Amino acid sequence: MKFVDEFRDNQKAQYLQRAIHELAAQLEPTLSRPLQIMEFCGGHTHTIFRYGIEQMLPKSIEMVHGPGCPVCVLPMGRVDDCVTLAERPEVIFTTFGDAMRVPGSRKSLLQARADGADVRMVYSPMDALTLARKHPEREVVFFALGFETTMPSTALTVLQAEREGIKNFSLFCNHITTAPTIKAVLDEPDLMLDGFLAPGHVAMVIGLQPFEFIARDYHKPLVITGFEPLDILQSLWMVLKQFTENRCVVENQYARVVQPTGNQAGLQAIHNVFETREFFELRGLGSIDHSGVSMRANYTPYDAERKFAMPNLTVTDPKDCQCGAVIKGLIKPWECQIFGKKCNPENPMGALMVSSEGACAAYYNHGYTGKAA
Amino acid sequence: MCLGIPAQIMAITDAERCMAKVNVGGVLREVNIACIVDEEHPIEQCVGDWTLVHVGFALSRIDEDEAQRTLELLAELGELQQELDAMERSGAAA
Ligand code: SF4
Repeated sequence: MKFVDEFRDNQKAQYLQRAIHELAAQLEPTLSRPLQIMEFCGGHTHTIFRYGIEQMLPKSIEMVHGPGCPVCVLPMGRVDDCVTLAERPEVIFTTFGDAMRVPGSRKSLLQARADGADVRMVYSPMDALTLARKHPEREVVFFALGFETTMPSTALTVLQAEREGIKNFSLFCNHITTAPTIKAVLDEPDLMLDGFLAPGHVAMVIGLQPFEFIARDYHKPLVITGFEPLDILQSLWMVLKQFTENRCVVENQYARVVQPTGNQAGLQAIHNVFETREFFELRGLGSIDHSGVSMRANYTPYDAERKFAMPNLTVTDPKDCQCGAVIKGLIKPWECQIFGKKCNPENPMGALMVSSEGACAAYYNHGYTGKAA
Repeated sequence: MCLGIPAQIMAITDAERCMAKVNVGGVLREVNIACIVDEEHPIEQCVGDWTLVHVGFALSRIDEDEAQRTLELLAELGELQQELDAMERSGAAA
């Protein structure tokens, strides 16, 4: 309860907490184990830890921290490709800051930069395009990553480059899509998940429809959720309410930002530039059908994968990394044998330790080592 | 990268490219607003709007209360300063 004081509206928080406990008490007689609810998105994970939301919940509800942090699911082989690209003398390699420290099998982008590669952090893909305008003699590559939330921005940047006829700009496209990733988690044989909090900002772009199969075919309640602590509490309550009423649908808690049909201009740009890949590898989850996008053939000149020879190797993670099991909710971060020892935020072995949105970093930074939680 | 940051549109700087100057927590920067412009809300009506900006692109319109609450949340999560730093130190300046 000590965290409740930190809510800006702690009366509302206490009210929601009581309402959650009431519904959980109704459900408890029917449960043989705690309900597992996955927050898919790393942004939610961050809020849940910051506000101690797990400590507010009854014992019969467990949160599972999902794979929805694009930096965390970036496979090592892809990082290696980035480093190879960045080491080319003509290339200015541009990336979001989050990706700099993700370990590759040889080195991270940060180490590549220290070794002399021209790697630059940018805030926006548009800044990478600006660099291309400024340096016509260089090849500017932007490392495009993220779920659907960042896809409109890279798609619109490519369309702008085309309009201006800029030839020295390309994307190394590593975008991944949310629904196939959730499906892969749901298809795990030993899975025990009962419901989902789904990422509000992804839904802001793609709308509600892509999530509907989860309720319809997998019979799991799903609530599109905002990022405030109160949003998360309210969404948990909405999921529980579905259980008590034996319903199973997609509901939108974040209606103040999410339109049911998503963002049309953004979707159009995505559709123009990208197409679904047959499969894409996610770190810890392996190869997932249709989980990534690549650039359409008419944008070949802007596609770094086609423009440059890329090793494109699949590299297996170090043996003692257990990121996959953590992402699927099979073990808690502290149960990974190298958690906090060989793997810590200063010296991450697995990607879940890199980003503040990764489950392992969240546990580590908030001092949960298994005993306290 | 994923959370988005509230910003108020101050001026349209390039209507053809859908670029606008916005104020994000006191920092001025150009962002692309193509995704929040449509027939019902043409670009010249966007000045004064609050939007949620993801990596330099406004992806939705929000009301001012929502913008304020989100700014406070980002500050509490320690992400506000990080975003503003990323904006200011963006490699394009180099
Ligand atoms: S402790 Fe490190 S290696 Fe183990 S699961 Fe977490 S990030 Fe992966």
